[in-house]
Parts: sequence; C-alpha cells; structure tokens
Amino acid sequence: MKGLMAVFRKELADNLNSMRFIILSLIVLGGGVLLTIFVAAQNIRAGVTETTQYIFLRLFTVMGDSQFLSFPFFMSFFIPILGILLGFDAINSERTSGNLSRLSSQPIYRDTVINGKFLAGLVSIAILVTGLVGLISGIGLRMIGVPPGAEEILRLFTFIFVTIVYGAFWLALAILFSVLSNRVATSALASFGVWLFVFILIPLIASIVGTATGNDQISSNISLISPIALYGQSIQAILIPSHPVMFVVSLYYTGLEPNPLPLNQSLLIAWPQIITLIALTALCFAGSYIKFMREEIRAT
Amino acid sequence: MSDKVIIETRDLVKNYGKFVAVDKLNLSVREGEVFGFLGPNGAGKTTTLLMLLGLTEPTSGSATVCGYDSTKEPVKVKQLAGYLPEKVGFYNDMTAAENLDYTAALNDLTRQVASKKIKELLDLVGLSDKADTKVGTFSHGMKQRLGIADVMIKDPKVAFFDEPTAGIDPEGIEQVLALIKKMAGRKVTVMLSSHQLHHVQKICTQVGILANGHLVAQGSVDELGREKIAGGKVRIQVQLAEPSKKLVKLIEQVKGVTGVERQGDLLLISCEKDLRRQIARAASDCDSLIVQMKIEEFGLDEIYMKYFREQQK
Repeated sequence: MKGLMAVFRKELADNLNSMRFIILSLIVLGGGVLLTIFVAAQNIRAGVTETTQYIFLRLFTVMGDSQFLSFPFFMSFFIPILGILLGFDAINSERTSGNLSRLSSQPIYRDTVINGKFLAGLVSIAILVTGLVGLISGIGLRMIGVPPGAEEILRLFTFIFVTIVYGAFWLALAILFSVLSNRVATSALASFGVWLFVFILIPLIASIVGTATGNDQISSNISLISPIALYGQSIQAILIPSHPVMFVVSLYYTGLEPNPLPLNQSLLIAWPQIITLIALTALCFAGSYIKFMREEIRAT
Repeated sequence: MSDKVIIETRDLVKNYGKFVAVDKLNLSVREGEVFGFLGPNGAGKTTTLLMLLGLTEPTSGSATVCGYDSTKEPVKVKQLAGYLPEKVGFYNDMTAAENLDYTAALNDLTRQVASKKIKELLDLVGLSDKADTKVGTFSHGMKQRLGIADVMIKDPKVAFFDEPTAGIDPEGIEQVLALIKKMAGRKVTVMLSSHQLHHVQKICTQVGILANGHLVAQGSVDELGREKIAGGKVRIQVQLAEPSKKLVKLIEQVKGVTGVERQGDLLLISCEKDLRRQIARAASDCDSLIVQMKIEEFGLDEIYMKYFREQQK
C-alpha cells in the first residue's frame, strides 16, 4: 500500500505539472465554460414556462443551433482526449526511458505501477470535471439567478461520477495500448484510432444499417457498442429528468412537458449504460494486467 | 568472508521459444564476495540477473537470493537486493535528489531518514553539487553514479550490476569501480556482469565465465589462471642480466621444476609449487645476476580467451 501511495503521489504531481495536461485543461475549462454559458444565455429561456422544473439543470443541457453546441456533446468529445493524453504513454515511456527496470526492482508488486498510474489519471480527470461543473454552476447561478434544488445537486454529482467513469474507460484503454506497444507513437495512434472509430464510424455504420433494414432498433443497438453513446444516453437520463432517453431534446421543449422522473427512476434508466461503461473499463484494465504482470522487464 | 551462500541458482533454465538462453545454470555466491559474471554478448548474463531479481520467470529450476525464492517471493528479494540495469534511466525532468527521493519512498523510508541518506549518498558518489540539477543534463557516467546511489539507498544486502562500466569514460570507470569496491567494504555482496575483463579483474574476488548459457568456470582469477594457462602449475618469471645455458640446465634439475622456457632475458619456469628460493640459489650458484623474479599473474583476458578457444573446439 505504501508503494501505491508513492507511485500515486508522483504520478499525480507529474500529471498536474505536465504541459499537455495544463494545455488541455485550459481548453476544456475555457471552452466548456464559454460554450455552455453562451449557449445557455441565448437559449435557456426558450420553452420555459411557469411549471418548468429543474431550471438549473437546463443550464447544462440546453443546445445551440446544432446538437454539437451543447455541454454533453462537449464532454463526450473532450473527456476521451483527456483520458488518452493521460494514459497513452503510461508504461511504454517508462520502458524506453529505462525507468521501468529500476522501478520494478524496487520492493513493490508490479501491479502497483499500473494501479498508481491509473488512480493518478482518474484523480486528474476528477479534478478537471469537478472544476468544470463547479465553474459552470457558479457562473450560471449568477446569470440565471435560480438556485439548484437538492435533487439537482445530487444529479450533478451523479453526472460528475458518470463522466469520471467515462474518462476512466479511455484512460484504461490508453494504458492498455501503452502496455501492448513498446512505442509511444504506436500506442497514441491506436488510442486515437479507437476514439475516431467510435466517434465517426460507429454512428455512420449504425445509420447505414438502420436505413438499409428500416429497423431503428438494430441501428440503436449497433450504436450502443460505442462508449460515447453509452455515456450520452446515461447523462441524458441523469440531467434531463423529464426526457430520459431522448437524444435531441430541445425540439420537445416547445410543447407540453411530461412529468419529471424522480432521481432513482432516472438512475434505473441510466444503470445498464453505466454498468457497461464500468465493465468496459475493467476489461481494458484486466488486459493491461495480464500482459504486464508476466512480462519480462529488460532494459532496452 | 563467510561461507554463507547468498545467491544461488539450481538447474536454472530459460528458453525463449527454441532458443536456450540459460541452460541448467548452477551458481553460488558467498556472502561478501564481489562476483564477476563474464561472458560474451548473448551468453545469458542479463537473463540470469533478471531471473535472480524476479523480473522474468525461469522456464525451470530455481533462483534464490538470501534464502528467498526469486520467482515466488520477488518483493522479499527486492527488499534486500538492489539492481542497476545496463542502461539505467531516471526521470529527466526531476532533479537527482527527487529521483532518489522517489526510490526512497518506494522503499518505505521515512522522510527524515530519506533526506539524510540522499545527502550522504550523493556525497559518496560525488554528485552533491548536482543534487538540485535535473537529471536530463547528466552525462552517462554521472547517471551511472547516481544509479549506484539509487541502489544503495535501500541498504541492500546484495547488489546486482549489469555492465556497470559500459560506455563511460576512463575516469568515470575508475569512479564506478571504486564505488563498487566501497560497497563491498560495507559487507554488500556484489554480483556484476561485464565483458570488460580488466575492470572485472580489478575488483572481483570471484569470477564465473558463462558461455551459451553454461557456467564453464568459477573461481578466483588466480585459481582459474593457474588451472587453465599453467596447467595447474605455478609459473615463475625470472629476468636475468645474462641468462646462460648452464643456468637453464641447473634450474631444470631443481626438484619440482617441470619445464623452463626462455624468452630473451626472461625465463619462464613451470613448477609444482613456489620454488623461488631454490631458483635463486641456482642462479647464485651460476653467478648470474637476477634482475627480478616473480610469480606470474594471470590476466583475465588470457584465461577468458583460452576458455573460449576450448569451447569452440
């Protein structure tokens, strides 16, 4: 355990001091806050009636002119980049720099290295996500003047948790590639390749199959392979109490609003997606474990 | 030096696919020894070291360090043993002291103990003025010395060095060898692999020669030399002012002398034991002036080459 704390502390300090994390944080924090506040300022009034509940949560879910201009989309786009940047060179850079043999000749179990790095990445993601949600909440509160209710705060915490899980998946995937490939460039390319694949190709394939067969069910099943869809659906359920499974929400806000679900019902809807995300993360993590634990560590 | 065996391998085998890297290696190193592990590239030296540290699994056989099995209890072994890999790497954007501090933390040292030790060790390896310099600016020799400090921070009982003198300048080599000698003085059992024989000869009390995964010889440099080059005999070198045939004949008649060879003003005398006194007497009987006389010391180079020529036959 002591060894784990030592690795964790060092890796966390490394992450928070690294140029790429600082730059990406600035982009995510600046971009996220600007985009969300700007879009909210323009659109949050549309469709709000006297009976509208959970106005504060709408801060995070209103959309601009296209569905790309929304906080959920922004997160589903940038969190993978964050996870990949924190993990793609976790093990192989240690190996090529000659640190791995020195590190693994210290009295620690080998998995301590992976665990410590994964934990440090996870905490870095958590810091950034919590900071971002906090910033938007603060500025948003000043702007709209409607304080969040207790359930809204709970929902926001759930959202932060799911986002961290989503980041953890990409982090674990990137670490897996860093164990599998000895070259940093290869593991970076592979990680971003997967990211591009799920971001562009899976929705494309899903829609093509959907059109060809005329069956929407198949198309939505295919898109569920993608962790991005899993994340998207679960945060829709959590952040929009009244529209648990709808992707394009703003259209429905014009008419009558259905009654919002209580938090536990929303969670029930999001639960399969969240569990799948956690399982995918565990799968990647287990893969890195199996490869790394029995490997020969030779100075290269 | 005690008789306690610290490092031991029993029928240690490591295969990479069909290639046999280490083949039934039986090795034992006693406490306090500086053991030089010699052999050409690819002989299996590094692989053996990795198996001793539990960094790779043997195909069969066992390796023990201080009584702990390296495969089953690697963490116990690594508590007692330090390892300096061939191409040691440090975190380039951290300072020398920070790098050592991380190793100290991984070894569970408290902060006070660690900072005191780091200071002491940086002093020992001559890097105290570079404590707060980033390692990225260090030369290879400096990194190697920092590596020795890194090994010593855990107060090891055993230290493994893989090619500690490869690729550093002569002055750096001297410093590294002196440091390893100092470690041995602190009762640390040292095992180092190398193919730079004259470096090994300077500091090792025991050497083992490895070829194709087999240990072909083990012993002190003197023992090996006597056995291999002189055929188990003592060789005495005598330099004379004017060697004469009469003297050669006289020496040949000395009891115990098995052969005399003449090279200019040098006589190489093989004998069963140290017969310098008798030879001196013979020379004075002949009225020859002895310039110098000594028991021949064997160069590890010669011994090594001799073993390999035999292997090839």
